[in-house]
Amino acid sequence: MSENGVLCGTFFMNGDVACAEGAISAGCRFFAGYPITPATEVAERMSERLPYVGGVYVQMEDEIASMNAVLGASWTGRKAMTATSGPGFSLMMENLGLGVMLETPCVLANVQRAGPSTGLPTLVGQGDMMQARWGSHGSYEIIALVPSSPQEMFDLTITAFNLSERYRVPVLMMSDEAVGHMSEKVVIPQIAPEELVNRRRPHGGQEQYLPYKPDEDLIPPMAIVGEGYRFHVTGLTHDERGYPAMTAEAQDQLVRRLADKIRLNKKDIIRYEEVEVEDAEVIVCAYGISARIARLAVRQARAEGMRAGLLQLITVWPFAEDRIRELAQQVKAFVVPEINYGQIVLEVERCAAGKANTLLVAHMGGSVHDPQTILQAIKEAVR
Amino acid sequence: MGIKEIRIAGFGGQGVVLSGQIVGQAASIYDDGFSTLTQNYGPEARGGSCTTEVVISDEPIGYPYVQNPGVLIILSQEAYDKYRNGLSSEALMIIDPDMVKPDPSQTPAPLAIPATRMARELGRVVVANIITLGFLVAVSDIVSPEALKNSVLTSVPKGTEEFNAKAFETGYSYGLEQGKRSEVPDG
Amino acid sequence: MTSTTKVEERTLDSLLRLDRLPHIWCPGCGIGPAVGCFIRAVEDSGLNPDKIALVSGIGCTGRVAGYVKLDSFHTTHGRALPFATGLNLGNPDLNVVVFSGDGDLLAIGGNHLIHAARRNMDMTIICLNNFNYGMTGGQMGPTTPLDARSNTSPYGNIEYPFNVPYLVAASGATYVARWTVLHARQLEWSIAEAMIKPGFSFIEVLGPCPTLYGRMNKQPKGMDTMHHYQEKSVVKNGADPKDVGITAEGPIVVGKFVDIERPTFWEQCKLVIDRAQAKKNE
Repeated sequence: MSENGVLCGTFFMNGDVACAEGAISAGCRFFAGYPITPATEVAERMSERLPYVGGVYVQMEDEIASMNAVLGASWTGRKAMTATSGPGFSLMMENLGLGVMLETPCVLANVQRAGPSTGLPTLVGQGDMMQARWGSHGSYEIIALVPSSPQEMFDLTITAFNLSERYRVPVLMMSDEAVGHMSEKVVIPQIAPEELVNRRRPHGGQEQYLPYKPDEDLIPPMAIVGEGYRFHVTGLTHDERGYPAMTAEAQDQLVRRLADKIRLNKKDIIRYEEVEVEDAEVIVCAYGISARIARLAVRQARAEGMRAGLLQLITVWPFAEDRIRELAQQVKAFVVPEINYGQIVLEVERCAAGKANTLLVAHMGGSVHDPQTILQAIKEAVR
Repeated sequence: MGIKEIRIAGFGGQGVVLSGQIVGQAASIYDDGFSTLTQNYGPEARGGSCTTEVVISDEPIGYPYVQNPGVLIILSQEAYDKYRNGLSSEALMIIDPDMVKPDPSQTPAPLAIPATRMARELGRVVVANIITLGFLVAVSDIVSPEALKNSVLTSVPKGTEEFNAKAFETGYSYGLEQGKRSEVPDG
Repeated sequence: MTSTTKVEERTLDSLLRLDRLPHIWCPGCGIGPAVGCFIRAVEDSGLNPDKIALVSGIGCTGRVAGYVKLDSFHTTHGRALPFATGLNLGNPDLNVVVFSGDGDLLAIGGNHLIHAARRNMDMTIICLNNFNYGMTGGQMGPTTPLDARSNTSPYGNIEYPFNVPYLVAASGATYVARWTVLHARQLEWSIAEAMIKPGFSFIEVLGPCPTLYGRMNKQPKGMDTMHHYQEKSVVKNGADPKDVGITAEGPIVVGKFVDIERPTFWEQCKLVIDRAQAKKNE
């Protein structure tokens, strides 16, 4: 452990704990949450670690309150996060939208379990992928990352904070029970300050400051509360002053900018990993725990002489549509294994646009795919 | 080396999960390989039965769950009855004979270490799991004895290292007396 | 040569967003007078306005955040309190005020209210109670008196309302008062006192809603409700909160009911930080 209480070294820890440590390393100093399986270990770790590094942990009365407390804390200049699972994720949706509207940096980790409703609280699912994209009302863009190991839980939590601070948008960590609860080796490096992104601060005087006047990259600098800016922010459609503006024109300007600041920067945001795609005629497109299983199936397919590759999505939102469009020119088919009854496959199909087939390998949750079922799908796709 | 799989099962309070963590940490940090630990969760994990599983490999692990365990440490009759069937004939089973009455027809017969009794004789029953782990690395090559011992020492509460080291040695010596250190079959 | 005329800026104006006036509230509405009392209270309190954060939820009173020249947050329905909790814990040096309506704080936000009071969050809550949902057009809510008419209780309200001071006192608030907007001076001083006092301070403010609740309950003008307050209100400082429930007929007991000391949530947080730091230095 380094002097300031931030961990450093090699550890054997579970994904939830690694997520908490990633947050600490990223500079997160506020956590508000509510116990829920299988995300509770994130809160437990934060309750122990945050006071150690001078931060604040608060256990709220529900997930609605947790999400709001995180937004409030972010406006004081702290990096803030919460962690939950399906039912709590549903409760957070309205105020995730407030976070988008107020352009409030924060991180929300969803350790997915199998739903709908209470479902299988202790067992894995990936059924919240579309909810992550569309769960709050209105038209907006969001950033969502998907870790597939405790190491990625650590690494991507830092990435999540960085993207959130950079783009002033809540960032979702769409983990799952398998990754959250498994323990593996996690290497925690010393994070240099320059590796951490902090929100852009106002560059004019207090009198001239307009809370929602964007810079050229469409992102407005952010004042924090208590510094004399005397700003106003509202969940209502607003103008550059932050004042309510109840017109179609103001709506057009604001909603476009909120989406475009993500859309126009997607090259900077989108992350994926490719394995043997160069000559592939079938590509398995997978994310999270399913990508690990898919990797085994792809390796087996290669061993059996099939030209298979893997596209592991690390950001699911914004979606890697350009890359999939490109690959669709090359491959016969995409195989999409996911622990739901077909969500991301719809996006793959949209981008493939008839140029390549798409095959869903659905698993309803409670366990992970058998690599053989993915291999079977690859075989079918090659045919 | 292929994939080695170990399942440790008993009931809450026996240090089952800690044992798994010690093995997993030994493999991935002190033996510099890879390991993935999973465990059962939920109401059934509160004081009742408790299982933890570790997959060990010399390359990154894809499938995280145990499918065909090469080693089982079984610490309760309930766990024995649950995991007895479907085992490969090469699988090595370790039991505490004071906790488990094995089926006499089981072949090969499980290896027995009365770890709870030995721990009580040492003065603290909580180290039974550490004795068992000492035994484990004497009778199998799942992880190296050095790695396991290091992992024990960094996993136990501060101030108890010496006592736990003694517990480890106790189990290890008892294991060496059992004869050959066998190779764990691939999962 | 140009000449400039210097206009003295009135202090109170400096706490209002004059560029947003006129406001949206109806003639005779009680929210404006309550905001006036709040603004004067900020002045009275001697607190630095730069360090005051005001949070509102949704509804007519929810619009207060948009008219005060402070760092101000217009959040979602019912969620002003947890948002304010984040502000308070993120920067404990702030003076956090929640200014919102009865429906926002007591119905959709009711759970947050009792828990914020239980934790003794260091903040001041100004709850404008006009006995109905105004922004959506006059529906009954958790403070609507029994038998009162509203657009969703056209045959008379059959629900028993909350006795609000009793609820928040029982939940753990360390300062509880009730005034009507007719009691402008007392309200102003009470708000100032509440803002200076550490811990969870709650002030229920009764204000007219002539357009909706008043019209449906024989008080069609703001002044009618003010007369009602004048006739029915009784000042009883130190009254037991359990005895201050409101009925349509009155009386309306007003005054300061609770003023006690208890460690705030932040003070408790500091204990935790100290314990963790001690462990670190071991």
